[in-house]
Amino acid sequence: MTTQTAAQTAGQDAGPAVKNMAIAKAINESLRTALEADPKVLVMGEDVGKLGGVFRVTDGLQKDFGEDRVIDTPLAESGIVGTAIGLALRGYRPVVEIQFDGFVFPAYDQIVTQLAKMHARSLGKVKLPVVVRIPYGGGIGAVEHHSESPEALFAHVAGLKVVSPSNASDAYWMMQQAIQSDDPVIFFEPKRRYWDKAEVNPEAIPGPLHKARVVREGTDLTLAAYGPMVKLCQEVADAAAEEGRALEVLDLRSVSPLDFDSIQTSVEKTRRLIVVHEAPVFFGSGAEIAARITERCFYHLEAPVLRVGGYHAPYPPARLEEEYLPGLDRVLDAVDRSLAY
Amino acid sequence: MTVESTAARKPRRSAAGKTGTTGSKAAGTTGTRRATAKKPTDASPELVQLLTPEGKRVKNAEYDPFVADITADELRGLYRDMVLTRRFDAEATSLQRQGELGLWASLLGQEAAQIGSGRATREDDYVFPTYREHGVAWCRGVDPTNLLGMFRGVNNGGWDPNSNNFHLYTIVIGSQTLHATGYAMGIAKDGADSAVIAYFGDGASSQGDVAEAFTFSAVYNAPVVFFCQNNQWAISEPTEKQTRVPLYQRAQGFGFPGVRVDGNDVLGCLAVTKWALERARRGEGPTLVEAYTYRMGAHTTSDDPTRYRHDDERVAWEAKDPIARLRGYLESETDTNEGFFAELEAESEALGRRVREAVRAMPDPDHFAIFENAYADGHALVDEERAQFAAYQASFADVDEEEGK
Repeated sequence: MTTQTAAQTAGQDAGPAVKNMAIAKAINESLRTALEADPKVLVMGEDVGKLGGVFRVTDGLQKDFGEDRVIDTPLAESGIVGTAIGLALRGYRPVVEIQFDGFVFPAYDQIVTQLAKMHARSLGKVKLPVVVRIPYGGGIGAVEHHSESPEALFAHVAGLKVVSPSNASDAYWMMQQAIQSDDPVIFFEPKRRYWDKAEVNPEAIPGPLHKARVVREGTDLTLAAYGPMVKLCQEVADAAAEEGRALEVLDLRSVSPLDFDSIQTSVEKTRRLIVVHEAPVFFGSGAEIAARITERCFYHLEAPVLRVGGYHAPYPPARLEEEYLPGLDRVLDAVDRSLAY
Repeated sequence: MTVESTAARKPRRSAAGKTGTTGSKAAGTTGTRRATAKKPTDASPELVQLLTPEGKRVKNAEYDPFVADITADELRGLYRDMVLTRRFDAEATSLQRQGELGLWASLLGQEAAQIGSGRATREDDYVFPTYREHGVAWCRGVDPTNLLGMFRGVNNGGWDPNSNNFHLYTIVIGSQTLHATGYAMGIAKDGADSAVIAYFGDGASSQGDVAEAFTFSAVYNAPVVFFCQNNQWAISEPTEKQTRVPLYQRAQGFGFPGVRVDGNDVLGCLAVTKWALERARRGEGPTLVEAYTYRMGAHTTSDDPTRYRHDDERVAWEAKDPIARLRGYLESETDTNEGFFAELEAESEALGRRVREAVRAMPDPDHFAIFENAYADGHALVDEERAQFAAYQASFADVDEEEGK
């Protein structure tokens, strides 16, 4: 409720600058703003030009900025990232699109062995301001390799930053900040939320890229999530409220670095934590959060940190994904288990 | 369906086995059991050569113009580069044997390929090496002692790539060909007229990244020269394990020219690379140069080539030594006197000494270097772990203090 009021107020103050738009459109506007502001910014990927991307996130950009700035590439993910590294070495700031999560692996070598390490190897002489956009996650009924959440694989690698917005305003601003960052940023876009609308104020002053945000205040338990699971956690908090439980919802926004301070602050208040993500629980970002929060907040915790996420199994066929993905009931069940301690 | 697919498989089977099929002819086999790429001889028409192993100048209408105005002094310069590079390389190999370096990748035998191509580059060109391009680094003005830091284990790079337009060594095979292509795409976007040269080996030609680099460079007409030093061996695997067609012919399938040059002929390498770089600068796109050469030493100091290749092969290639070849030409066709060679010998020894002393004087990095430059903009976790590390280190200082050290 507080957030909504703030947004409404901002809307009234800022006038016509504030627009209601979907996440996909917010990213599009953000890329447009970056392309306009800096001639060194490039957009690259398969189908990003004439088609505007398979999700139309880059719609109209090639028409307005030309084939030299918005580049349709050969169908070769390693080539897309590898040449983006070369362009960055030449002084460009490429924003590359990997069409779907499961297709990033041909480029994984370039991202992990080259993109992540070149700044350190050069003792800081080389900067690689490359943004790798990856539409990720399930819930859209896709075929295999189109629904995965590989963020932990990237967060594990030093040299990369990993972020994931959950709403249109963050999508707009976090993309601006990712492009301005001198570090490579893996930008996970919650594809099932691409069409969710929210107000975006391009004249606002954004918060730091890697700071978590309290989406909803509560006293009984903290739900921490990012990307597509933030909305679910808000729904969980709504449902729990009907049962008289006040859940706090944190939108982590950044997976690497992770804002442990904000999680700690929240857990010291609520004394209970559940991490929710679509990725498999095993070795996932929830495991890292659970371990560190246990270290930091051992004497505050009333219950072990619980995790709700995917299973240690290949992402299932679409007809089974509702079973695989965390849903309202699974998270509520975890809430019950936590509160039972 | 079954009948069709069996029929479709048949020719492929016989191409790999018996002789006389279209497949095996295209692959250049000579009726041996295993299909292999044809080995070029020195007289092979597909091998560009301006200087024979005996040091005799061969006329070549196409590439002579690129070295037509070369002076005796410049030839002596190429000779000096090769001798000093070999001396540096030998010193590094010794230093590894003495335990001063953890590993060394020798360029022995590849001096002509590296000096010829390296001297063809212009100051504003950009070079993307593998980890064996010590001769090219020399041509770019990188202090050779800087090349040793990563092999000694004090850093993972050791020089500022932009000081000499010589990128850091790349260990993952073939990755740098894509960086080179992207950089070249950037040059084209900038409207500049410089070019890029990417080095890789015959083994790397099997990597997907190299194929993708060929695709991207062709599609975007990028000003890049792919310089493949085919030194016959990818650790223990011969070139025949990488390809069934001569490597330079790969280029044709991607839509740009490929040339095979005698990689032990410094003049040939200089001319062909100049031609390719000028093409790139004129906006005519990429070229693949296959420098046909031989790695006389081991892959690295950890390798044992006696397990996979015969001495007679090495002996045959020694007769094509790039340095002896140019010396023969200098002695018979120019006014180079003994004094030049004697002076160079002294200079070589001085270089060896300098390298030896520099390596031994290399300080171990500061402990906190672990955390430095992991990120350009910083990272909360790195900051946290650095602080933990500092506290841990400081705990030893307390013990030292208590013990009165």
